[in-house]
Amino acid sequence: MRILPAGEAALLVELADLDAAMALHRGVLRWRDEGRLPGVVQVVPGARTVLVDVDPSRTSLGAVADALADVPLDLPPPPADSGVVVEVVYDGADLAETSSLLGLDRDGFVAWHTGLTWTVGFTGFAPGFAYLVSDDHRTPVPRLESPRASVPAGSVGLADTFTGIYPRSSPGGWRLVGRTDHVLFDPDVDPPAALRPGDAVRFVEAR
Amino acid sequence: MSTRAALRVVATGPRVLVQDHGRAGLAAQGVTTSGAVDRGSHDLANRLVGNDPTAATLEAVLGGLEVTAQKAVLLAVTGADVDVRVDDVVHPTGALVRVGAGQVVRLGPPHRGLRSYVAVRGGVDVPSVLGSRACDTLAGIGPAPLAVGDVLPVGDLGRAEPAVEAAPVDRRPLIGPAVVPVVLGPRDDWFTPVALHRLATATWTVGAESDRVGVRLRGPSLDRAVTHELPSEGMPLGAVQVTPTGPIVFLDDHPVTGGYPVVGVVPRAGLDLLAQRRAGEEVRLHVRPSTLRPA
Repeated sequence: MRILPAGEAALLVELADLDAAMALHRGVLRWRDEGRLPGVVQVVPGARTVLVDVDPSRTSLGAVADALADVPLDLPPPPADSGVVVEVVYDGADLAETSSLLGLDRDGFVAWHTGLTWTVGFTGFAPGFAYLVSDDHRTPVPRLESPRASVPAGSVGLADTFTGIYPRSSPGGWRLVGRTDHVLFDPDVDPPAALRPGDAVRFVEAR
Repeated sequence: MSTRAALRVVATGPRVLVQDHGRAGLAAQGVTTSGAVDRGSHDLANRLVGNDPTAATLEAVLGGLEVTAQKAVLLAVTGADVDVRVDDVVHPTGALVRVGAGQVVRLGPPHRGLRSYVAVRGGVDVPSVLGSRACDTLAGIGPAPLAVGDVLPVGDLGRAEPAVEAAPVDRRPLIGPAVVPVVLGPRDDWFTPVALHRLATATWTVGAESDRVGVRLRGPSLDRAVTHELPSEGMPLGAVQVTPTGPIVFLDDHPVTGGYPVVGVVPRAGLDLLAQRRAGEEVRLHVRPSTLRPA
């Protein structure tokens, strides 16, 4: 674990990989909930980092850095059955090609995608967009060579070792395998994002 | 007839947004903090009219805002140096302006600077979204940009009027580049020594594509010592993210994550300076190591 300076009001903690970053993120949230990280304003997980924004009027970067070095890294991830369930119609434009990239046929792909327990590793790209990972998905899926100018909201896609759902219509290069009516982001509810870092997620095929 | 004060928008100039201190704490859900990009001027305008610093103000780019007061209100304008006209009387920035019912307030074009902040006693009382009235231009969250005909409700402050009539404002013409501090890290080790030397010694020019997301800096190339792709990571406010087309300094509507290395971070006071620079104006960066990692 490397703690890097990120200005006068943030620290960037760099870890070996996403699993380690997710473990640190769990530990940081636990400690913050227990009041052991005063002055921490927000915590932003990345692909192998955790950014910690602090309020310099309430704490010092040094104090937060010292506390972070002691955060527990062995908290278990949330149980799969506690997760968010997302209903998907598997009819995406890239479904056949994506299935074959993974050595599966259409039904095999649906069984695989719905059979895994996914976890929100980190977010970004757009409000409510979650990068979902699974211990049992390690085969990278290449992005489209030319991204689409417009991907409809609710599109379910794969890229690299992630699956994700477009919360709103936007350009995008992920391979589209299906669509959902699940509302991913609503600024009129609190919390606004349906999928938050650390959440477990399961997909089910819509009937 | 309404008994509340309100401002009716007659003209907007290039663009006027409602801003406050933003909505911190939602970055992990993909929502940036947003808020006034020249935070010092926003806070000063609020202080002059006796508001809390978190009250919403109007952030106007290059003047041009024109509003009619539907009841008597107390205003203050800060930030860019503009003439504040109430009907035909000119008032300075940084001072209390009493506006009677039916009077028209106009912001002229700035003599210097870019963004004006208009505070009204009681605050701009439009509905808040996720705990803030800030317009987040990146995600489209919060009140829409002002349009002609909008009626902005003004909040009610029960307490006594402020005793201070004016605050000192620097009206000297700009001479030479603005000097903006940069704290090195987290990814300064991804750049060559030559790049770090250029960062600290070059005279940079504010790019035309600059906005509330970030200020683009035009200048020499900053070559990388580490050339592989950066896995997506959280971006702090003020991050100097070095993209293939040059550095961009992230302001308050910045994306919460990014995939290019951040060579250093500009503290809040430096962002306030940058937020007032126009395209083509010059900037120098005063680069220093973090107190967390002495040189």
